Amino acid sequence: MNEVVHIGGIAPAPPDLQKLLGKVARGDQDAFSQVYDAVCGPVLGLVRAVLRDPAQSEEVTQEVLIEVWRSASRFQPSRGSAMTWVLTLAHRRAVDRVRSAQASSDRERKAALLEHTPAFDEVTEEVESRLEREQVRRCLRTLTELQRQSVTLAYYRGLAYREVAELLAIPLGTVKTRLRDGLIRLRDCLGVGA
Amino acid sequence: MSTAELHTLTGAYALHALTAEERAEFELHLEDCPSCTQEVRELTATAARLGLAMTVTPPAALKEQVMRRITTERQDPPRVPLPTQVPFHRRRSRVLPRLVLAACLAAAAAFGGVAVWQHQEAQDAQEQAQRAQQQSETLASVLTAPDAKVTTGKIADGVTGTVIVSRERDKAAFLASGMPEPPSGKVYQLWFDDGGTMRSAGLMDRSALSGPATAVLMDGPVGTARGMGITVEPAGGSARPTTDPLALMNFRTV
Repeated sequence: MNEVVHIGGIAPAPPDLQKLLGKVARGDQDAFSQVYDAVCGPVLGLVRAVLRDPAQSEEVTQEVLIEVWRSASRFQPSRGSAMTWVLTLAHRRAVDRVRSAQASSDRERKAALLEHTPAFDEVTEEVESRLEREQVRRCLRTLTELQRQSVTLAYYRGLAYREVAELLAIPLGTVKTRLRDGLIRLRDCLGVGA
Repeated sequence: MSTAELHTLTGAYALHALTAEERAEFELHLEDCPSCTQEVRELTATAARLGLAMTVTPPAALKEQVMRRITTERQDPPRVPLPTQVPFHRRRSRVLPRLVLAACLAAAAAFGGVAVWQHQEAQDAQEQAQRAQQQSETLASVLTAPDAKVTTGKIADGVTGTVIVSRERDKAAFLASGMPEPPSGKVYQLWFDDGGTMRSAGLMDRSALSGPATAVLMDGPVGTARGMGITVEPAGGSARPTTDPLALMNFRTV
């Protein structure tokens, strides 16, 4: 099937995001405004994928952006791109939110997890239309079923690997290796360099 | 966890799918494993692509709120290397390697040593000096116990807590790096977690908060405690925790 792909539409992280963060670290609010424009959509999309609840997602997105403002001086370009740094912060925050909400009752949590059908299909359904989404979706399809389930449950649902093991009824060691193998295959398919 | 096992955690780590304890242990391993560090970088960048694929158009009102909030938000200073930190964070195996033991002992000796020296100046403080000396000897015996087990956890951003437990000596030591001073009139109190009931393990000396991380001996026997906690309490401490714990850490069992 032929799909129209808008090459210009995905606007990858502007090349100067790293420089902008340097300015933000020195308190430059205009630079922060530009960083905001570049990262807010990805941050909100990611947080919403994990948390689902729109109000909570906006709240956590705000926290992430405030953290970017506050800790811009801690960004180390040698460890990865600025977009990776921001999205890693965002994922961590979203996951923390999921876990603290769940920590209240472990038993209820387990029951709830077991009742829910995994949301990966739903999530991957949303991964579409734009080139970036298309590429990620295509690459997710190159994973084995178990790799794909493990990676998407961990990333998009914010599950700990023990929970992934429980949901999929597979041994812990298997989940660990599936998460790693799955990401490695994704990395190669997406052509991610360090 | 063995090194080979730790190595397979790169994926789970990049996906934030580890518990706080496992995360801390893995981060210690990372410091000595350049190939894992490289892999973690690549897998983290890969995970970020999963996030990027979810991009949405944010509501315009969100930007106004964020731009307003940053005007009242103080920015963190950059991290600068601390040249004199005792290298506790180099510890990587379950049982303390010898080199780290030496560092712990040096810290304990320095702590005891300073205490002794200061109190010799004041003649009437002899007894106190002896107590300090005795404490640092017990502390050293915990740190060097063949069965000493180390658990590390994150207390807050930039604050790491480490507890060393010797079941054989029935004692535990705690150390925190990067811990801020408690609010005025307040102290940090340590607790043993006896299956959900908190038993006081004494207060954290202010001297343990300044300078390089210094281990403090926890008061009382470990007994059947399976973990420890730390709370902020009014000066003098409390019989029972009166605030939510800053951190709860389960002792490592294997």
